[in-house]
Amino acid sequence: MITRREALFGAAIGAAAVAALPAFSATVTKADIRGLAREKIKLVAPPFVHPHDQVAKGGPKIVEFTMTIEEKPMIIDADGTKLNAMTYNGSIPGPLMVVHQDDYLELTLINPDTNSLAHNIDFHASTGALGGGALTLINPGEQVTLRFKATRTGTFVYHCAPGGAMIPWHVVSGMSGAIMVLPRDGLRNDKGEPVKYDKIFYIGENDFYIPRDDKGNFKSYESAGDGYDDIVKVMRGLIPTHVVFNGKVGSLTGDNAMKAKVGETVLIVHSQANRDTRPHLIGGHGDYVWEQGKFANPPAKDLETWFIRGGSAGSALYTFLQPGVYAYVNHNLIEAVELGATAHFMVEGEWDDDLMTQVEPPKPVATN
Amino acid sequence: MSPFILKVFSVAMAAATVPMGLTAIGRNGHREPHPAAMTVTLVPGPITYPLPGEFLRNGRPQANLRLRRQFHEPIEIMTYQVSVSDYADCVSAGGCQPAQETRAIPSNAPVTGVSYLDANAYAQWYSEVTGDDWRLPSDEEWAFAAAERFAGEFEGVENDASNPARRWLTSYKAEVDLNRKPDPLPRSRGSFGVNSQGLADFSGNVWEWTSTCYVRTTLAVDGSVASSVDNCGVHVLEGLHRAYMSNFVSDGKSGGCAVGTPPDNLGFRLVRDHSGWASRILGGLGIV
Repeated sequence: MITRREALFGAAIGAAAVAALPAFSATVTKADIRGLAREKIKLVAPPFVHPHDQVAKGGPKIVEFTMTIEEKPMIIDADGTKLNAMTYNGSIPGPLMVVHQDDYLELTLINPDTNSLAHNIDFHASTGALGGGALTLINPGEQVTLRFKATRTGTFVYHCAPGGAMIPWHVVSGMSGAIMVLPRDGLRNDKGEPVKYDKIFYIGENDFYIPRDDKGNFKSYESAGDGYDDIVKVMRGLIPTHVVFNGKVGSLTGDNAMKAKVGETVLIVHSQANRDTRPHLIGGHGDYVWEQGKFANPPAKDLETWFIRGGSAGSALYTFLQPGVYAYVNHNLIEAVELGATAHFMVEGEWDDDLMTQVEPPKPVATN
Repeated sequence: MSPFILKVFSVAMAAATVPMGLTAIGRNGHREPHPAAMTVTLVPGPITYPLPGEFLRNGRPQANLRLRRQFHEPIEIMTYQVSVSDYADCVSAGGCQPAQETRAIPSNAPVTGVSYLDANAYAQWYSEVTGDDWRLPSDEEWAFAAAERFAGEFEGVENDASNPARRWLTSYKAEVDLNRKPDPLPRSRGSFGVNSQGLADFSGNVWEWTSTCYVRTTLAVDGSVASSVDNCGVHVLEGLHRAYMSNFVSDGKSGGCAVGTPPDNLGFRLVRDHSGWASRILGGLGIV
């Protein structure tokens, strides 16, 4: 992808030369900002992530994103249960945005007049104005542009926070996503050595609270507002009816299972805007895990399960060593199996007998 | 089987679909309001089909053994799956536990949300009500009745001795390629049509319990059975693909395999056991 910045610098300038440019200080003026290169990013729907450099080329820039808010019914399980969803850019979760530390993230948020509710965005990565929420509240038919400086590295949640009781309702209707602020020189392991990933997947976990009728069947409502009173009652019980990855039960299985190869290193970014979760890769591990999500802290090593606090995003780096079908779950297994929080990885490659072998297949218990 | 019995059957076979009347005499002699099931009696014949269960050879999973079997006797089987209203009669008579089904389903749709144990309870109650011996079909009886609707085992595509993951991955892909979308809500009986045997609704969105236990068989090098271990806590279900579930499970989704699209719903139909019927008739005649 040729970016605008690359076009400005021209193809003759190599990466090394660009990297040698002095880093921008924290005290750039408005004029300095005007002089910064701009890059416009086209977002892609999770679990995929827009193309990006892991090690920044050149100095800080302004990275432009646009998201359109879509209120629309979405089916969240195989039984056809309907959620009157509120989404950033049409997907649950909203897309992952990737920038580097000291870049400026500039988001244009659009609330089309086909929507019925006011929305905004609170970036946990940003500083001030309720994470930008106080500067981005827009009615149907309005749009707004916010710029903030990505001062801290890590994975961070963003979510809708339009005030009071609207906040949790919008979040459990689907309005959350994450951004990743990479260190300019890329990720480092616990020893400070550079690490990189061959693939990145973004998994957003959501808890939904769908009201039931007297027989126990899920109800559906004409509009989000029609369901509000009933949904809040279920929310206040704090027991979700669905805990899912990427908006619905089975959204990352079957045809949509994530794919990797033995020897490939995968970074899995996992966000939960509302509720604690505990990702686990069945048959694998987390080689390096930023459980709290912030790259200034050394990653934990060799984890079996990691804890993502509600309202945060973490990431796990893993190199697949064995082929097969892996399940990636919330290891509250009730939530994984009964409520939906299961994804699959299909990993191709050669089997390593040294790592595991079936010494003796099942057979009748030996009797004398 | 005596020539006498064969003659009785040949009459029944002449009429492919046999409505058995709308009342039946219960064991206590009272007339029961429960409508007797429509059945079809299948002419004896051969079947070649993959046996259920898991087969190992040299420690490796094998394609399920395909065997040719000859049915020497007719099989009388319900034309439709046992319906919601059929099952409700058993519940109100105290013979069955309520089905684990809360959705709004037409009363003439197949009963769903029933376990193997529920299906057997119904068979027992229905046998008492009708004075006949009703039971679940065995897996091979079901396959024979389903005829061209029988799908059977979902088998791994590749079998690489040095890489067990090949089988897992190719099976997973093959299941994905089936592209089966969930079809959760049961429909009125007959909605999935009739097969070449005159039987309705095979392999629609209701999987059917059979009386066949899960079995793991180890084959010798020459392909003969070296050993086998039954697990009758798990029974075979048939439908769009074969499934194995614990006897107490009534929800296809929660009892299904970890990967692939699980059964939409669990239900059943029964066969009338002619050996029991025959012995009763013969017993009544003082022959046995």
